[in-house]
Amino acid sequence: MKLERYLIGGGTLLVFLLAWELCADSGAINPLLISSPSRIAEAGAAAMSDPDFWTDVRVSANEFILGYVAAIIVGVPLGLLLGTSRRLSYIFAPFVDTLNAVPRVALLPLLIIWFGIGIWSKVAVVFLGAVIPILIAALSGVNTNEARFVAMAKSFSASRTKIFLSIILPGTVPYIFTGLKYAAGRALLGVVVGELYASTAGVGRMIADAGNMFQTDTLFFGVLIFTASGLVVVAVLDRLERRFERWRPGVGAPT
Amino acid sequence: MTARPKLEAQDIRLSYLQPRTGTALAALDGVNLQIMEGEFVAIVGPSGCGKTTFLSVVDGLIAATAGRVLVDGEAVTRPGPDRAVVFQDASLLPWRTVLGNVRYGLECLGVAAREAGARAEKLVALVGLSGFEHHYPHELSGGMQQRVNLARALVVDPKILLMDEPFAALDAQTRELMQEELLRIWAAAKKTVLFITHQIDEALYLADRVVVFSGRPGKVKDSIAVDIERPRPIGVKRQARFHALEDRIWELIEEDVKTKAREDRHARA
Ligand SMILES: Nc1ncnc2c1ncn2[C@@H]1O[C@H](COP(=O)(O)OP(=O)(O)O)[C@@H](O)[C@H]1O
Ligand SMILES: [Mg+2]
Repeated sequence: MKLERYLIGGGTLLVFLLAWELCADSGAINPLLISSPSRIAEAGAAAMSDPDFWTDVRVSANEFILGYVAAIIVGVPLGLLLGTSRRLSYIFAPFVDTLNAVPRVALLPLLIIWFGIGIWSKVAVVFLGAVIPILIAALSGVNTNEARFVAMAKSFSASRTKIFLSIILPGTVPYIFTGLKYAAGRALLGVVVGELYASTAGVGRMIADAGNMFQTDTLFFGVLIFTASGLVVVAVLDRLERRFERWRPGVGAPT
Repeated sequence: MTARPKLEAQDIRLSYLQPRTGTALAALDGVNLQIMEGEFVAIVGPSGCGKTTFLSVVDGLIAATAGRVLVDGEAVTRPGPDRAVVFQDASLLPWRTVLGNVRYGLECLGVAAREAGARAEKLVALVGLSGFEHHYPHELSGGMQQRVNLARALVVDPKILLMDEPFAALDAQTRELMQEELLRIWAAAKKTVLFITHQIDEALYLADRVVVFSGRPGKVKDSIAVDIERPRPIGVKRQARFHALEDRIWELIEEDVKTKAREDRHARA
């Protein structure tokens, strides 16, 4: 089954890359517009031997990691808190709902006024993009706790703290992971859009510069880096989730 | 001199506020019941007659609208370590292993980790699950899950065991096996048991006394002593006396069950 999946999936991809290469090499479509796999590989090799490229990677990675981790540190506890206290959720609900409705990248110009065009405006937009889905996921995890488990705990005279730690918190784990995966996409979007809009360095900056100079090869290479980063982050989260959810039927054997 | 009952329900009434209609629904209508120390009492009644509600009141999970529950003469206001519930659906925490589920009650009572582990292991063995300590609930059969459910209640060493149709979801063979097992465990642990079921033969096989509830709102219709000597091999279910008691209880319930069936038909129509 698994082998079949890899064979068909890999085969399709290979055919696609070959067709792309042929279209460009034969001149059927101008390679300046669509580049080609071999040209992208060359551009990639050239970029990787350039120290500036590694600076760009480091800058983008820092923006992503700082903003995303801050979003987790703020979003998870705040979501749990709002889920637990009805009063607090009444206070914060208007802000959360409003922020959720606003496309956070629309705040970029403001964030640049506040934090400048260095990494901190990007960290801020990454944070804002990621924190809301994480917060909402944690909150809905608390709200969907199972009444029968709470009744069981109460029949053992469990304290409120004990109920929270042993019943409600474990119940939120799958919700939080769903939120984290979704938020990773929003965070990456924040890095790209932020750097495209105004920046001095970063892989997004590299893409923008390449575009301005019609270097489609380098441009595609930059896009590839973002794609790979997104896949890696989700894969890491999947692994983590499997560790946390060993008890769940069908979520795989113990590692 | 008559001994004081271990557990006493005095004129328990309870109505639920129905959120959808805003009206009150009477679930219990003056339940009176006395259970002596070490006695095994079963409650039978048609489904929806308030059996689970009554058990929750006895445990202190919900407050009665009127009346009171006494344990050793003291009024019950909230759950306490002298009572433990074996829930209708096993309600095992899916993220905890068998051992983790069984020790849950001890954690709530603040028993030291090492002692809790040792006591839980003993109970896992008592219910016949040695070797499954580190399995997760989804890896167990329904019968095994109910054994964990029972062990989790027994581990806190309650004086009174409140059991809510624990074997209802099991297949017939497993159910009989579990009934036999329960009697063995009860004989060893000597608890006072209040056992709820809607199956007459289960009530008769297990209990010293069968209390029959009327249809909703529930109240005690009759109480029948089961004069079948113990130990009871599963074969007693085929004795003439057993069948006679079964018939007697069925006659008491029949009318309510038929009324309920008629109501359900009307509700659907
Ligand atoms: N939390 C609740 N709110 C409103 N009505 C309830 C609630 N729990 C039970 N009921 C109603 O009370 C009646 C008795 O329920 P229950 O005690 O569960 O019966 P049984 O266990 O005998 O089947 C039923 O009609 C049920 O619909
Ligand atoms: Mg019930």
